[in-house]
Amino acid sequence: MKIDWLNFTPWPSLTGGLLIGLAVALFINFNGRVLGASGVIGGLIPPRADAPLRLSLIAGLLAAPLLLSFFNAARAPVFDKGTLTLVIAGLLVGFGTQLGSGCTSGHGICGIARLSPRSILATLIFMLAGIATVFVVRHILGAPVAS
Amino acid sequence: MKNLIAFAVGLIFGIGLLISGMTQPEKIFGFLDIFGRWDPSLVFVMGGALVVAVIGFYIAGKRGQSLLGDPLSLPDKTKTDPRLLAGAAIFGVGWGLAGVCPAPAIVNLGFLSAPAFIFAAAMLAGIAIYAVFSRATERS
Repeated sequence: MKIDWLNFTPWPSLTGGLLIGLAVALFINFNGRVLGASGVIGGLIPPRADAPLRLSLIAGLLAAPLLLSFFNAARAPVFDKGTLTLVIAGLLVGFGTQLGSGCTSGHGICGIARLSPRSILATLIFMLAGIATVFVVRHILGAPVAS
Repeated sequence: MKNLIAFAVGLIFGIGLLISGMTQPEKIFGFLDIFGRWDPSLVFVMGGALVVAVIGFYIAGKRGQSLLGDPLSLPDKTKTDPRLLAGAAIFGVGWGLAGVCPAPAIVNLGFLSAPAFIFAAAMLAGIAIYAVFSRATERS
């Protein structure tokens, strides 16, 4: 295994991770809820009684890049994939997270932090599926790499 | 009050995702590309988040209820089922294709770029398809 030292960002990633953990800790302690993005969004389709709470959280997520832009600290995402790939990927992410009851935050962080066997297994599976997909795209199909 | 805290939670969550690199598809590809040049940064994101989350769940569990007086709403399923496995695998393929998971998909909308809107719209469509699918399977 070769490490990509050039793009390795341990400190910003650790700092960001601590903030993500803080958000999880605040949500369970103040609101009594597990912070899972796909669950928060999924509960709006169709809307339930707690829609205002879910929309408030989503508003916070949307405000984050605006706040960081104000301090000139926000980096816009760079997408190197075409529209068709984005549409297929979006459909899979939307459908898969609902069928599997969670995503990177709900299973990968909250579930693992609670030592839930379901979440540990789910995280293992979506990571392996992601690794396999990137392997096929980059090393078998040989799609051009943006970097 | 609940909604205000939810907004703050979303804001902190979003800032964390942006600083950590989770909103950059290239960062996700680098982490998932263990057969190429591997970028282990996401291990640090998860590690940092897990340490604080474990403490948070421990404190909440000791209190037994939220600070606003609500009962803790925790998933109670423990058994794994085919839906969980299939769902996680489908999600993983989508994650590996676009390098975007649900929370960053929302955060990226704040940059007002077309690809971010296309991905988020498709993701919402996927969620809606599931809602229809699950209602259909419940009926049968």
